[in-house]
Amino acid sequence: MNKSVMIVGVGGQGTLLASRILGDAMMDQNYDVKVSEVHGMSQRGGSVVTYVRYGDKVYSPVIETGEADVVLAFEQLEAARFLPYLKEGGVVVTSTQRIDPMPVVTGAKEYPQGLLAEMEEKGVKVLAVDALSLAEQAGSPKAVNVVLIGAMAKRLGGKKEDWLKAVERCVPPKFLEMNQKAFELGWNA
Amino acid sequence: MKELYLGNEAVARGLYEAGVRVVSAYPGTPSTEITEAAVKYPEIYCEWAPNEKVATETACGASIGGARSFCAMKHVGLNVAADPLFTMSYIGVNGGMVLAVADDPGMHSSQNEQDSRNYARAAKVPMLEPADSAECKEFTKLAYELSEQFDTPVILRLTTRIAHSRSIVETGERKELPLKEYKKDPSKNVMLPAFAKPKHEKVEARTQTLIAYAETTSLNKVEDNGAKVGVIASGAVYQYVKEAMGDSVNYLKLGLVYPLPVKLIQDFAASCETVYVAEELDDFVETHCKAIGVKVIGKDLFPRCGEFSQKLVKKLLTGEEAQSVSLEADIPVRPPVMCCGCPHRGVFYALKREKVYVSGDIGCYTLGASAPLQAMDACICMGASVSALHGYNKARGAEGEKKAVAVIGDSTFAHSGITSLVDIAYNRSNSVVIVLDNSITGMTGHQQNPTTGYNIKGEPAAAIDLEALCRAIGINRVTVVDPYDLKEVTRVLKEELAAEEPSVIISRRPCALLKYVKHAPALKVDQDKCIGCKSCLGIGCPAISFREGKAVIDPNQCVGCGVCKTLCPKEAIG
Repeated sequence: MNKSVMIVGVGGQGTLLASRILGDAMMDQNYDVKVSEVHGMSQRGGSVVTYVRYGDKVYSPVIETGEADVVLAFEQLEAARFLPYLKEGGVVVTSTQRIDPMPVVTGAKEYPQGLLAEMEEKGVKVLAVDALSLAEQAGSPKAVNVVLIGAMAKRLGGKKEDWLKAVERCVPPKFLEMNQKAFELGWNA
Repeated sequence: MKELYLGNEAVARGLYEAGVRVVSAYPGTPSTEITEAAVKYPEIYCEWAPNEKVATETACGASIGGARSFCAMKHVGLNVAADPLFTMSYIGVNGGMVLAVADDPGMHSSQNEQDSRNYARAAKVPMLEPADSAECKEFTKLAYELSEQFDTPVILRLTTRIAHSRSIVETGERKELPLKEYKKDPSKNVMLPAFAKPKHEKVEARTQTLIAYAETTSLNKVEDNGAKVGVIASGAVYQYVKEAMGDSVNYLKLGLVYPLPVKLIQDFAASCETVYVAEELDDFVETHCKAIGVKVIGKDLFPRCGEFSQKLVKKLLTGEEAQSVSLEADIPVRPPVMCCGCPHRGVFYALKREKVYVSGDIGCYTLGASAPLQAMDACICMGASVSALHGYNKARGAEGEKKAVAVIGDSTFAHSGITSLVDIAYNRSNSVVIVLDNSITGMTGHQQNPTTGYNIKGEPAAAIDLEALCRAIGINRVTVVDPYDLKEVTRVLKEELAAEEPSVIISRRPCALLKYVKHAPALKVDQDKCIGCKSCLGIGCPAISFREGKAVIDPNQCVGCGVCKTLCPKEAIG
């Protein structure tokens, strides 16, 4: 059975590294893997989406509405934006961080309140993590991606050691210790 | 070894294994990472060329010189490179030559959605289209075999979802090939009419030979599942159909998308009751099927615009659709924005305030068209800002010239802005051209270019002296400004617009994301002094937001550029 994980966030938050760690971990477990990335214009502070799919045999590299087992969101508004991609019975793992998009900055729109509560009212399983605080605790706000991978990893299953090996392969050695700590904090969140 | 490669990285691996020696490219999403990955193999000479035409001609020359050569570009880059491609098709190759082009259905990062398959037919060269990273590597290697076997350049076509998707690749060893002998042969390599006429005959004959090859090559595969419905597809679309329909239909997967087989398609169609052609963008395969008398359903069902997906395919072929949940909340859009500390921001703010016509170009600064700056009037293609301003000014005369500028980045200027500036000087329009020199090719992810002083490996290289260049081609007024200094930018802008001769303003400050750029400490808003006038919000900085009637600056994002500080009437930012 194939699994589909959609990783969403704001350009610059490090969603690419998160998808790389997940893809690497799954390849190591002998799954067929496809990871679809976003480069270029939309990386400049816009909504960014990467898709990770794994299983016995994966054809399409993309995930469509109603198909994701997990939506891993780096920001609340992005969790809400991409909620329609979640399949029935799927899980939203989201950072509680809030980053105003330009229409909110300029005052043209309000940042909607109570998004996570509304998801739960609709019967969606939501795991909300204060990933920014945990990342700061690990040593850098940039480790948000690894905190969230840690939080999701526990729900996806697999051995913690295998996940940590994937983290080790994907992050620069000088930041390894910090990222290991970030993973632990996410895992235990 | 098993690797999880991007399609682009797999192409680079294919280059390595195929013994390729020379790679030249201009960065362009979604093709950039091919060259970035290729340069990591020390056996391959790699370079960033000033533009795609130069890159392609470099590959042509290397091929004539006996090496397996390669060039890469995005779809619009192939427009720039079309000139050498069409004639190289006549000349053929010595060492194998492959041109990779990456199309962008859905326009994730492009100004149009053109379908490069049309170029293969127009230039009469074979085109391969892989459907995952493993095929990216294999097809790249095969493309060199084809190139040398059929004496032709070969195009490798990717789309965003192939170029930017990772899947598993089994790596192999490099086949080191000796440089082929170069023998002087003007009848092959000099395309004078007398030599080109027989060459055209050869090209037409070559296409016929390639059609025969297309009938039997393993690049084109039939998957007979004993179904009544058949689908003809290639590349990412084949994967979408497989995902949506599984083994419930028969497939003709085309790896060679030009030239297309005849009998293979006719036989496949004869084995099915209904045949669909699923292809993104143009009706390229469909038109061929209809021309050879095969009845297919194509664009009557599938869209011509945008990307496909398994969901779209399933819905169109079966009417089925997965259900999904959404919230009632009004979710504001999150368009891409200029980064915190982006040196382009100050210039666009000044242009907006001066209410000038802005002839735009391709790069990060195209984001100057978005709210709240909205300081761009037109954007066509690489380099067009400068020449289109010249045309605008010729059309509107002195009144136009006093209220119009062009903006162009350093890399885009080197790509194709220089010849446009020559036109301004030579055919004299009193145009004001602003070169946004952020010392890097920004949008595609920080590639060096001929203005930065470094080559693709980061080694010191010759750098264009922009001021001297402008003067050398006949522009006497050249001013350099710091875009963080809003007052100076505005003063110079007014002065140059008033001048009675062409001028260039170089707005110089490195991209804020470059590693060597030292950032000032984050600024803070004094909440007692802030009157909530929102002046600072007008620059569209993602670090500034408005909470409970006051501006606040996110210390994690602010890089202390100080542009907002200049705008605060109450000196509340410091």
